[in-house]
Parts: sequence; C-alpha cells; structure tokens
Amino acid sequence: MKLPLIVPLVLTALLAHAGLAAEATAPATITLASTTSVDNSGLLAAILPNFTKESGITVHVLAQGTGQALATTARDDADLVLAHDPEAEERFVADGHGIERAQIAWNDFVVVGPRSDPAHVAGGHDAIEGFRAIAAAGAPFVSRGDKSGTDALEKRLWRAAGIDPAAIGGGKWYRDIGGGMGAALNAAAAMDAYTVSDRGTWLSFKNRASLAVLIEGDPRLINRYDVILLNPAKHPVPKQAAARRFAQWLVSPEGQATIGAYQLDGEQLFHPSAAAPK
Amino acid sequence: MSDLWQVFSTGSFVEIVVLSVMVSFSATTVAAVVGLPCGAALAICRFPGRRALTLLANAFLGLPPVVVGLALYLMLSRSGPLGTLALLFTPGAMVLAPTILATPIITALVHRAVEGPWQEYGGVLRVDGAGRLRSIPILLAIAHRPVLTAVLAGFGRTISEVGAVLIVGGNIAGYTRTMTTAIALETSKGDLLLALGLGFILVGISIAVSAGAFALGEKKR
Repeated sequence: MKLPLIVPLVLTALLAHAGLAAEATAPATITLASTTSVDNSGLLAAILPNFTKESGITVHVLAQGTGQALATTARDDADLVLAHDPEAEERFVADGHGIERAQIAWNDFVVVGPRSDPAHVAGGHDAIEGFRAIAAAGAPFVSRGDKSGTDALEKRLWRAAGIDPAAIGGGKWYRDIGGGMGAALNAAAAMDAYTVSDRGTWLSFKNRASLAVLIEGDPRLINRYDVILLNPAKHPVPKQAAARRFAQWLVSPEGQATIGAYQLDGEQLFHPSAAAPK
Repeated sequence: MSDLWQVFSTGSFVEIVVLSVMVSFSATTVAAVVGLPCGAALAICRFPGRRALTLLANAFLGLPPVVVGLALYLMLSRSGPLGTLALLFTPGAMVLAPTILATPIITALVHRAVEGPWQEYGGVLRVDGAGRLRSIPILLAIAHRPVLTAVLAGFGRTISEVGAVLIVGGNIAGYTRTMTTAIALETSKGDLLLALGLGFILVGISIAVSAGAFALGEKKR
C-alpha cells in the first residue's frame, strides 16, 4: 500500500521543484513572442541590449508569424507578444487573453514584383488597383498563407478589391506557399512573382534577384506594431512585472528613440509610434 | 563573403556550434544508452511483443520530426501536462526531441547488427554458461563495426535535425539557436551564401565526428 502513495508524492515534489528551480535561476528572463519582421530585420537585436543594460532583464525572442505568436502567448508559452495584425490583436484582447495593447512603431507594406512587371503596376500608389491588375493579367502572385500579419493584410486587400484569388485560375497564378516572409520573398524571386512584404523584411532581404518595389504609399499599406501583455484574469502571468517593464520601456522616450535610431544601409526601418499617422 | 567572416569570428557563432554539438552529443548518448541494449535484446531474447516492438522500431525509422516536435510542444507547453517542468524553449527540450528520433534508428540497426553474430555464436555463448542478457555486451563487442554505424546514423539524425528543434527550442538567439535553425533563418533572410557557409561547417562537423569514431573503432580492433 505504501509504494503507490509515495510515487505520486515524489513525482509531484520533483515537478514542483523543477518549476521552482526554473523560476529561481532565471528571474530576469522573459520570453517575447514576436512577429518575424522586427527580428529578421535586426531591430530587436539592436534595441534589446539597451533594455537589458538598463533593467537587467534578458529578453528571449521567439520570432514567429503574428498568428503563431498570438497562439503561443495564449498557451502561456511567452510572457508578452509583439504583433502587427490589428484585427487578430483585437480578437486576442476581446477573448480575454491580452491587456494593455500599445503601439510601439509603424512602417509600411510594399507590393514587390519582377522588374519585367507583366501586370504593369510599377509606380502605382493604389494597392487595390494594383491587385486587380495582377489578377486580370493572371501574373504569378505569392501568398504567405500562414495567418501572419502580412498574410492578413494581403487577404484584406483582396477582399477590398472584390476578388477571391484562390477561386480564379485554379491556383495557376495565385500561389499559397504557407511560409514566412523570407520564404515568400525567396519564392517570388525564384518564380518572378508579385508578393506583399513589410518594408523592414524587404530592406534587410538579400536574395532579391529581379524583384523591386512596385507599389507603395497607399494608406491601406500602413503597418503598425503593437505590444500586448497577458491578462492575469485568464493566465498565470508569473513574470508580468518584468514583461510590463519591457512593454513600458518600448513606448518610453528612450525606447522610442532607440527604435527610431535603428537604420540599415542608411534607411530607417521603423518609425516610433509617437509619430504615427492617425 | 565579408559577412561570412564577420559571422564566423563572433562569439555567438561559437555559441551556436557548441550548442549544436552539445545537443546532438547528449541526444545520441541517451539514444545509444537506450537503443544498444534494446536492439540487442530484440535480437537475442524471446518475449511476447518482440515482433511488434521490432516492427515499431523499424517503422519509427521514418518518424516525422515535425510531428515529434509538435507532440513534444503540446506536452511541454505551459498549458500542457508537463508545463510545470518549464522545459519548453530551453536546450533541455532540444535534447529530448532528437533523442526520440534517434532511439528507434539505433535500436533497429543494432537489432540487425547483432542478429547474425547471435546465430553464429549464440550456441557457444550458451554452452559457456552466459545468460542471454550477459551475452549482450559480448555480441555488441563482436558486432562493434555495424554497431558503430548504428550510433553514427543516430548522431547524423540528431545533428541534422531542424523541424523538431525549431518547434520546441524556438530558435532563440544566444540561447536555443543551433546550426540547423540558423541555416533556416539565414535562408529566410535571403542570405543564401551565409546559409550555405554554415551548412558546409555543419557537414564538416559531421565528417569530423565520423572520422573520429572510425579511428576509435579501428584502434579497438
């Protein structure tokens, strides 16, 4: 009789001990689930050392698409989330997962495509008109298809254009690759296709081949980045204090200045949210 | 190319190589500790379920890493059954995944490696009074060359693994980034030269480990 009682007790003690040990040894480490663009473009690597120096808090970055980043955070596997899909973020907050959503930076999306430009959209400033031209020409178009922020924006643009691209042409020109921004750009470069990219990833992307920015400057292409904390009413939030400190630093004058100061090849990739367009 | 040198000369690059090697060595060691005796026992011992286990080990040679990664993720997630271990997105979780992938490889290949010697020497060993379990180390020693290949195949699986370690490790810079996840990342950034350079280094490490193992194996003979 004794043994069966002891086994679960020992197991429970071991598990509790492991959990406590993890908390005790790494009190100053938080996990940020982040959209890929702010990481792949080098922004986080550039600004995080400043925060760590000031606060002593180390930030582990999980670079995932916005959809996956929100899901990871909702499972308690990250302490806060940095995303860029306003609709999905609103749902995340409305579902009771997130609180204190705050915009930290913005830039814009661009429509890139081959220089040969079979749909003749180059130089345009109207994304919807461009999308209609691409669909009418049946020119190859790469879709992320991964529920990322960029994917969500692309789907919104098609809806606004009144076109269901997947239904036209039997997938011959509209190619859903189910991958990240980099994979989509690599695919577009390889098959001379159009695609939508956030400007940060585009500027830091090195395998452009014949791709160039063809449509930009449409207000619909504004790309805002928000940070969201976990809601303690629905989540255990063991590291909420440190997570909040990071979120507040991002919107503080120092954090904003650090974001604005980040440049790649002389170009500013992210604009601090204080200068955000309404 | 200047980028390549820049990357290779930084501390984070050394960190990535060390983590990759540590993860795959740990995983291979655990997989060998489990797989060597299990594979030999499958060849030598007669017990109910032996055929089913043999079949399973062989079927799991093709275990999809992304499925193993996903299953482990759900187990280790904070809201999963083993969430209190706080293992997700740590190097510990990254050892677990390739261990699960390499164990059936070592088990199935050792089973085959020991089968022949057991048929040849099994009778003699039993006449000498060695029990089936005591025969295991003797047979492993006799078949040490194919057994070494089995362990190297397991090592190959662990060092080249990317799908599962990406899911349970998270590719966190300076913490859970390995050679393979770094290659995937650089490819996604379009820096194909750097990705390829890292790939050559990874292949180099694999060759060095194999060569080292073979040298040791030859010495033993």
